[in-house]
Amino acid sequence: MPEHEADGSPHTATPQVADFLRRRREQIAQRWADEPLFRTVFTVSRDEAVEAGKAVVDALAEVADAGRVEDPDAAGFSGVREQLARMGTARSRAGLSVTQVSSELSALWPPVDNLLLADLDQAPPEQVRTCAITLSRLLGTLRLVAMQTALSEGQALIDRQRMQLLEVATPVIKLWDGIVAVPLIGTLDSARSQVVMETLLNSVVEQHARFAILDITGVPTVDSLVAQHLMKTVAAARLMGAECVVSGIRPAIAQTIVHLGLDLGSVLTRASLADALAYCLHQLGTDIVDATPGGANLR
Amino acid sequence: MNESSPRHVAGHVPVLRLGDVLLVTLQGDLYDSAAQQLQQDLAETIAHSRVTGVVIDISGVEVVDSFLGRVLAEIAAQAELLAARTVVAGMRPAVAITLVELGLSLPGLRTALTTEAALELLDRPIVTPRSGGRRQERP
Repeated sequence: MPEHEADGSPHTATPQVADFLRRRREQIAQRWADEPLFRTVFTVSRDEAVEAGKAVVDALAEVADAGRVEDPDAAGFSGVREQLARMGTARSRAGLSVTQVSSELSALWPPVDNLLLADLDQAPPEQVRTCAITLSRLLGTLRLVAMQTALSEGQALIDRQRMQLLEVATPVIKLWDGIVAVPLIGTLDSARSQVVMETLLNSVVEQHARFAILDITGVPTVDSLVAQHLMKTVAAARLMGAECVVSGIRPAIAQTIVHLGLDLGSVLTRASLADALAYCLHQLGTDIVDATPGGANLR
Repeated sequence: MNESSPRHVAGHVPVLRLGDVLLVTLQGDLYDSAAQQLQQDLAETIAHSRVTGVVIDISGVEVVDSFLGRVLAEIAAQAELLAARTVVAGMRPAVAITLVELGLSLPGLRTALTTEAALELLDRPIVTPRSGGRRQERP
């Protein structure tokens, strides 16, 4: 009788649990399909939810076979990791907090536990206890794996969005042949100024630009760090053979720069983007003139 | 035996003369010894040939370390003493970023986007090297 081998260390219960999971695979999957976690994620058909449940049960049985019930990195979990991540993200997207997803995952345990107790009602109480403990630990690990995967998915999403934000926030505009401009909007931190520098320098190469205008109208404040980033960008553009003009310095920012004692002496500055463009055009040998002589006086 | 054969070792950089301008094209990794040799060659060539400009094309260089950065600045300074203007052309964005991060913004160096732009720059009348603070009022 296999049941009698179970006394002693709780680890010896893993073969029984694996065996139980395989035998009751169908029933467990059927019950799980009614749980909110499976029901709301696999909405197409109930069979789909049952199939997904079976995959999870198989993974659990494999992990139990390997005797690694408390190891979230066990090889058995790798097959269902993607599926668990999908379920986790689907629930998060539906507006559930991490705690709620976690409690939905723990709701998977009672149906299996009930089945286990029903399955082992002939067995000695000692063995039922070890089996129940092993199963509980196994499902705890499953919950850990699912949460781990869901959280790393969330982190990946945040990283992706941060990258998108960086790209979206720094367009390089061609104003004229040989003149490019970057309108900077929002606070400049190290990561953003790095991206600004890279995109600006690349477009200098692509557009064969002799002038690059950095417009800081949209930058709320300029502190010594922001000024340093600007100077670095200007120096890098100069090394590549393009002249940099910083424009859009508001009176308040000009005052701040003076008060902080920042030396922007090596940077060419203009009050507005229009002034900067006019300066660059003039340097390129182009000037803008009114089409009608004295046009400014005619109303 | 050819006298100049020791110069034709790997890494030696050729200096081409185009009218009043010397053209140097750097390719790939430049060893420190080759950079120093180039510095010496250029000084001698400028002094003998009385050229008015030097163009160093570094578009083929992917890595510029602090040593090469300093050599470039020194070449420009010594050429200036010999009455020739130096233009560094075609620096890659990544190289420019690295140099700035190293704190080598090479303020006295003339730069151009391409060799063509560098030659154009040398054709223009002599002006003081770009200093950012210069204000040029619109007429």
